[in-house]
Amino acid sequence: MKAVARLWVIPLVLAVWELVARGLADTDFPPPTTIVARMYELWFSGPQVFTDDAIDNLLPSLGRMFGGWVLAAVIGVTAGVLLGRSRTATDYVDPLIEFGRSIPPPLLLPVFLILFQTGLATQLATIVFGVIWPVLLNSIDGARSVDSTYVETATVFNLSRAQRLRVVVLPAASPKIFAGLRLSLSLALILMVITELIGGTDGIGYQLLQAQRSFDGAGVWAAIALLGILGYVVNSLFVLAERRVLVWHRQATRG
Amino acid sequence: MTGARMLRGAAGVAGFLVAAELLVRFGLSEKFVFPAPSTVLNEAGRLPADPQFLEGVAVTLSNWALGLLIATVVAVPLGVLLGALPPVERAVRPVLEFMRPIPSVAIIPLAILLIPVDELMKVSVIVYASIWPILINTLYGMHDVDPLAKETLRAFGFGPLAVLAKVSLPSSAPFVATGVRIAAGVALVLAVSAELVAGGSAGIGVYVGVAGSGNRTDLMMAATCWASVLGVAANLALLAGERRLFHWHRMRTGVTT
Repeated sequence: MKAVARLWVIPLVLAVWELVARGLADTDFPPPTTIVARMYELWFSGPQVFTDDAIDNLLPSLGRMFGGWVLAAVIGVTAGVLLGRSRTATDYVDPLIEFGRSIPPPLLLPVFLILFQTGLATQLATIVFGVIWPVLLNSIDGARSVDSTYVETATVFNLSRAQRLRVVVLPAASPKIFAGLRLSLSLALILMVITELIGGTDGIGYQLLQAQRSFDGAGVWAAIALLGILGYVVNSLFVLAERRVLVWHRQATRG
Repeated sequence: MTGARMLRGAAGVAGFLVAAELLVRFGLSEKFVFPAPSTVLNEAGRLPADPQFLEGVAVTLSNWALGLLIATVVAVPLGVLLGALPPVERAVRPVLEFMRPIPSVAIIPLAILLIPVDELMKVSVIVYASIWPILINTLYGMHDVDPLAKETLRAFGFGPLAVLAKVSLPSSAPFVATGVRIAAGVALVLAVSAELVAGGSAGIGVYVGVAGSGNRTDLMMAATCWASVLGVAANLALLAGERRLFHWHRMRTGVTT
């Protein structure tokens, strides 16, 4: 009942949109029912729910997005946690990080296209380069601001360097690291789309571009809606996972 | 930033450039031709004398600034309105939550389809992407207003508009500024993305695209470096403006960065 009270505006917006779009009868501004029908036709009307088009485009898209994100996460967390433990080391790389994260990643896409020649390497390199910064910066910040009592306790208990990182620093930094990972995930979706729009050969972004080039207005809207749903689902799943992993943190800070 | 830190930073940059130079000149295979840092820097030094590049920078910058300005003019009043009227915010919020996860670059093909005028299309895409961070931060700022200050003014007989003007607006202004700064970064990415996807007569993205069709990776990297410099400069300028205008906010909240 509460959800109904909260979400009543959604059906209202959809109804108004439907009426206005039907009144305008412009193929570039289709009503929601047409968009949903086009989505069904494009991706979900196959023999086993998914069409061949869906399997050939959704899977590569998801693979690139998660592949790039996981790579960036591994590199970013490792480098960030190590750097965060030493103020001096961070000083050396600070200007480089500041410069690197200001580079608009889409500009590197054409450069990588020439350098790597293959599509997948180009796309992965662009995604990794674009999404690594929030993970790296948050990991540095998280590892730097570990409560000194924890570190001193670890020293008293004679933990080795590796043990100290694994048992003390990494868990203490994890709330910040997760915040960076979440931001990176939504960036990964954006970069996945742009890598498919520029020089791509498959994927949801590529389908979106094809729809635009063939003046298939409903197809364009359908692809955007699909990407929106994907963004929503991916973010929700991440929040769920974060709650599970960081359950101790919430319980500790609640008291 | 202290002298020692700056020195270390400079050493880091120099070390990176030398290592990259050596790696490119001696370490990599023949097939993989990445332009050496010295070549890129050399080209980057010559670019400000290239009228075509300058025109591109001017076009991209003006789209960027215009888009950011329009987004601010739209998003700040909207955020203030929603923040001041909780029932309206509760009603509109689900719509915002459904629209926000749409990756902003996906809007580019739609904008190409709907808006035939090239410049207008690019500015619209920038506006769409920049509205979100400004709106979210304005809303956040409006929620963060000290309730005690509002109650105090009300107790002295001030009406809702006076409370809005004297308490809510000044107290959420620093959050708005942060939103604009975040939006500036997003806007630059969208500006060059739209240029790369749609082409056009001039722009940094257009310049990189043209250089790419001639396989001039050195020129492309040089232009990309300039784009990054512009991004850093804009961020620093906005940050300095924030510090100047809102130093009282930092003193109140104790936030140092």
